[in-house]
Amino acid sequence: MNATSIMLRQPVAEQVPSRGRVAMVSLIGAESAIFTIFVVAYIFYIGKSLSGPAPQDVLKAPVLYSICLLSSSVTIHFAGKALRQGKAAVFSRWWFATITLGAIFLFGTAREWQRLIYHEGLTISTNLFGTTYFSLVGLHAFHVIVGLLCLTLVLIFAVLGHVEPKHEYQVELLSLYWHFVDTVWVVVFTVVYIVGR
Amino acid sequence: MSTNSTTWSAAAGEPRAIVDLIHEWVTTVDHKRLGLLYIAYALVFLIVGGIEATVLRLQLIRPHNNLVSPQVFNRMFTMHGTTMIFFVVMPMLFGFANYLIPLMIGARDMAFPRLNAFSFWVTAFGGLLLYFSLVGANGLYGAGNAPDVGWFAYAPLTSQTFSLGHSTDFWILALLVSGFGSIGTAINILATILCMRCPGMSLGKMPLFAWLYLVTAALVVLAISPLTAAQIMLLVDRYLGGHFFDTQAGGSAVIWMHFFWIFGHPEVYVLVLPAFAFASEIIPVFSRKPIFGYSVMVAATVAIGFISMSVWAHHMFTVGMGAGANTFFVLSTMAIAVPTGIKIFNWLATMWGGKIEFKTPMLFCVGFLFQFLIAGLTGIMLSCAPFDWQLGNSYFVVAHFHYVIVGGILFTTFAAMYYWFPKMTGRMYSERLGQLHFWLFLIGFHLTFDFMHIPGLLGMPRRIYTYEPGRGWDSWNLIVTVGVFFQAAAILVLFVNLLWSYSRGAHAGGDPWDAWTLEWSVPSPPPTYNFASIPTIRSRRPLWDLKHLDDPDWMYEGTR
Repeated sequence: MNATSIMLRQPVAEQVPSRGRVAMVSLIGAESAIFTIFVVAYIFYIGKSLSGPAPQDVLKAPVLYSICLLSSSVTIHFAGKALRQGKAAVFSRWWFATITLGAIFLFGTAREWQRLIYHEGLTISTNLFGTTYFSLVGLHAFHVIVGLLCLTLVLIFAVLGHVEPKHEYQVELLSLYWHFVDTVWVVVFTVVYIVGR
Repeated sequence: MSTNSTTWSAAAGEPRAIVDLIHEWVTTVDHKRLGLLYIAYALVFLIVGGIEATVLRLQLIRPHNNLVSPQVFNRMFTMHGTTMIFFVVMPMLFGFANYLIPLMIGARDMAFPRLNAFSFWVTAFGGLLLYFSLVGANGLYGAGNAPDVGWFAYAPLTSQTFSLGHSTDFWILALLVSGFGSIGTAINILATILCMRCPGMSLGKMPLFAWLYLVTAALVVLAISPLTAAQIMLLVDRYLGGHFFDTQAGGSAVIWMHFFWIFGHPEVYVLVLPAFAFASEIIPVFSRKPIFGYSVMVAATVAIGFISMSVWAHHMFTVGMGAGANTFFVLSTMAIAVPTGIKIFNWLATMWGGKIEFKTPMLFCVGFLFQFLIAGLTGIMLSCAPFDWQLGNSYFVVAHFHYVIVGGILFTTFAAMYYWFPKMTGRMYSERLGQLHFWLFLIGFHLTFDFMHIPGLLGMPRRIYTYEPGRGWDSWNLIVTVGVFFQAAAILVLFVNLLWSYSRGAHAGGDPWDAWTLEWSVPSPPPTYNFASIPTIRSRRPLWDLKHLDDPDWMYEGTR
C-alpha cells in the first residue's frame, strides 16, 4: 500500500509550535508543580516551629541580590536580541553580564546561608522554619546553578566563535528557562521575606 | 515493501551474534523498539506483582493462616501496590504510547528520540532499585528486607524511628527516579503530538488515541511532579534531619497525605485515560462504525483532566478534614462521574446498530465497559463522605479500585495487546487461545473482585495479615482466593499465546482488521523509518478514505 496515495486533495497548512518550545514549556510546568508543593509547605508551616530562631529574628531581605537576579532577565533578553541582529560580540557581552548577575545572586545566597548557619545557628534540622527555608531557597538555588552551568556552556561556545544567528532558537529556549528561574524567585521572595516574616 | 535490515523481524531472520542484538536493543532510540522494551518490562513486573498478590491471597485463604509472617505480609502488599502502579501499568501505557503515537499521527519517530531512551532506562533503573531493596535494604549486612510502609507510605511510618534500615529509602528513590522517567516521556509525548503531526492532521482530526494521550501526558507533568517534591521532602526528613512530616517538631502527618494524593488521584486518571484510548480505537473498528460523538469525547477527556486535579482528598474523608473540605471533595468527585459517564454512553452508541465482531480485543473491551461501569458506581458510593466513613480502609475500597485497575485498565490493556500484536510482530495471535484467556480471566476476575466487596461491607479492614474465624468472612475470602488461580491460568495462556504466535502465528499483513488509522497503512512490523513518504490526510479515518474513494469521510466531517 502506498502511503502517499492517502493524500486525496491538498491539505490545509497548519502552523505548529516548535518542539523545543513545547518541551521547555512542559518542563517549566512540571517544575512549577514541584515549586508549588514546596511553597505550600512553607506557607503551611509559617509560625508552626516549636523552637527558635524565628524568621523575623534572623532573616534579612536580600534586596540588592534580588535586583541582580531580576535584572539578569533583562540582560538575557538583550543578548537574544543582539544575536537575532547578528551582532555576535554584543551577544557575548550581554550573555556574560547575565552570568555575572546570576553568580552575584548565588554569592548572596551563600553569604546568607553562612550567616544563618554559623552566626544564627539555624540549620535544616533546627526547626520547621529551617527545614522549609533551606529546602525552598535551596531548591531555587539549585535551579540557578543548573541555569548558570548551561549559560556558561553557551558562553564558552560564544567565546570560541561557535554561536551564530542560526542558534537563536537554542538560546531562546535557554532564556525561557532563565526567565522561569527569575519568576520563581519573585514568588519565593514574596513568601519567604514578606509573607513569612 | 522491502525493509531495512535494522527492523527487528529482519534481524531475527538472519543469524546474528547475540551480543550485536543486545547492543542494538540497549542503544536503540527507535520509538517502536523502546515501546516494545517498555511493554516487555511491564510484563516481567506483571508476573512479579502477580506472584506477590498470590502470596497475599494464599495467606488470607482461611482464618489464622500461617503461610507468611505479618512482616512479610506487609512487605508483600507494599511491593504489590508499588510494582503494579509504577512498574506495570505506567510502563505498559508508555510502551503503547511510544509504539503507536508516531505511527498514528504520521511521524517517523518521537520528538526527542534520545530523551525517550533515557526515560525508559531511568524507569527501568527505578524498578531495579525497588527490588534491590530485597538484598540491599539492611545495608548489606543482614538478610535485607523490602519496603513495608504501604504504597502510599503514610507519614510517621516512614520516619527514621519507625522505618529502620534502608527499605523506605529504596522505595523513595525508586519512585523518584522512575518519576523523572515518566516526566521525560510525558514531555516527549506532548511535543510529539503537538508538533509532529503529518500534513492535514489538525488537532480535530487526530485519532482519539492521540487526544487521550495528550491529556494523559499533561496530567503526568502536573501530577508526578508533586510526588517528586514530596519524595524530596521525605529524603530531607530521613537524611538531613528535617521536620516536614515530623509531628514531634510541629510537622504534620496530614500534609504528606495531601501531597501524596495530589499526585495519587490524578494518577488514577493517568492510568485510566490510556485505557479509554485503547477502547476508543478498538470499539469502532470491531463495530464497523466511526466513533460516536468525537468532539464530545474530546471535551469529556479534557474535562476529566481538569476535574481530576481537584478530587484528591476523597482519599482522606476518614482523616477528619471538616465539613467544608468534605463537601467540596464529595461534590467534585461526583462531578467527575459526569464526563466519564458521557464516555461510556458514547462507546455504547458506537456499538449500537454496528456490525459487531466479537474478536478477542472486542471481548476485552466489552468486559471493560461493563466492569468500568460497576467500578464507577462503587466509586460514586464511596464518594459520599458518610458512606466512606463506614467503609474507608475496608476490603470494599480494595474491591473498588481493583475493579478500576484490573476490570477497567488491565482488560483494555489486554485488548490493546491482542489488537496491536499483529502490527508489532507481523503475526496473528491464536484467536482460540485469546478467547480462552478472556473467559478464564473474566471468571477469575469476577470470582475475586465481586466477592471481595462483601467482606468489606461486613467490616473486614484492608492490610490485615489474618483474621478470626466466625466473623462471616471465611467463605468469602476462600472464593476470592480461588479466583486468583483462574486469573493466573489466564495469564499463563496469554504468555503461551504471545510466545507461540510470535514464531508460529499466521502472517498478518499490514491491515488485518480492515482498520482506519495510519498505523495500519504501513507493513507489519513497520520499517524503522515508519513511512516511506509522510502521508497527508483529510479526515479522522484516512484509511477509510483510501478504501472508499467514492464516499470519503472528509465529505461529512466538515459539516458536523
